[in-house]
Amino acid sequence: MEQVEGQQHPLGIYLKVWLLLFVFSTFSYMVDYLDFQGYTRWFLILFFMWLKAAFIVAIFMHMRWERMALISAILVPPLCLAVLVFLMAVEGDYTFLTRLVSFTQ
Amino acid sequence: MANEAGTTTGGAMAMPVGTQGVVADWSTDRQTFQVPWGKAMMWIFLLSDTFIFSCFLTGYMHVRISTTVPWPPVSEVFALHLFGRDIPLILIAIMTFVLITSSGTMALAVNYGYRRDRVKTAALMMATAALGATFVGMQAFEWTKLIEEGVRPWGNPMGAAQFGSSFFMITGFHGMHVSAGVIYLSVIAWRVNSGFYDRKGTYETVEIAGLYWHFVDLVWVFIFAFFYLW
Repeated sequence: MEQVEGQQHPLGIYLKVWLLLFVFSTFSYMVDYLDFQGYTRWFLILFFMWLKAAFIVAIFMHMRWERMALISAILVPPLCLAVLVFLMAVEGDYTFLTRLVSFTQ
Repeated sequence: MANEAGTTTGGAMAMPVGTQGVVADWSTDRQTFQVPWGKAMMWIFLLSDTFIFSCFLTGYMHVRISTTVPWPPVSEVFALHLFGRDIPLILIAIMTFVLITSSGTMALAVNYGYRRDRVKTAALMMATAALGATFVGMQAFEWTKLIEEGVRPWGNPMGAAQFGSSFFMITGFHGMHVSAGVIYLSVIAWRVNSGFYDRKGTYETVEIAGLYWHFVDLVWVFIFAFFYLW
């Protein structure tokens, strides 16, 4: 057998993921169209977002078939962004409350 | 392909996989990442780009949380009047589907590249670039519509002033990435078509270009969720 070059996988898996991405996008659009509100909305938005992101990274970008050294080098550093998001959310609430106290009658 | 989780280029030597593989890859005095250097560098670049877009989105989250003025009704702002009624967010939904379609054609292009199918690879890459250009065109339409409605980076008639600055900054930076990607893909498609990679003996450049393109789609997933659906 000829030596396998790069990332070679059956076409079917790409077509399936493609279809799935279409379905998930339709669902996330329906979240807005059907006007879900509150925690249901947030849960659905984030759920479909992470699902789509995971499929794109794992299959389209071939992360699933890479070696663990590369996977962790790329996927671990963004975790510190979670800290930034947390800090800015806390700070945002604080700024909002300060504005309410100082800038409104 | 000996092991699904651990196969890389070559595969003549049996390499440990998983966490043991991490130790093996880092501990010996040799190249750590068992991929072409161009691919490793593209991944590093995409990692840095992740941080840039995350900073934009986090900044947007912060101003949206902290503003005391109501945020403009995003769903209505991006509605289009079609078939005699206003359909909320429809333009953005179409843009999303265009971008996903382009991601699919790109994934197929990479696959046909590794099959050494020169003509199909080039055609699929050109289709991807064309879909990307369509996306940018729709974005230009969206910008024009908003600017006509009076949205500016410093204010807008619908609500919080921060809406304009976040919108132009985030979608503008993303649109710039798409535009750059269209040029990038066109150049690579041209070289595929000319037989450059057949002479070089490898189509890995197509996969590297594909990584960039899928990343652009990936960023849009987050923008769609946080900017348009929130």
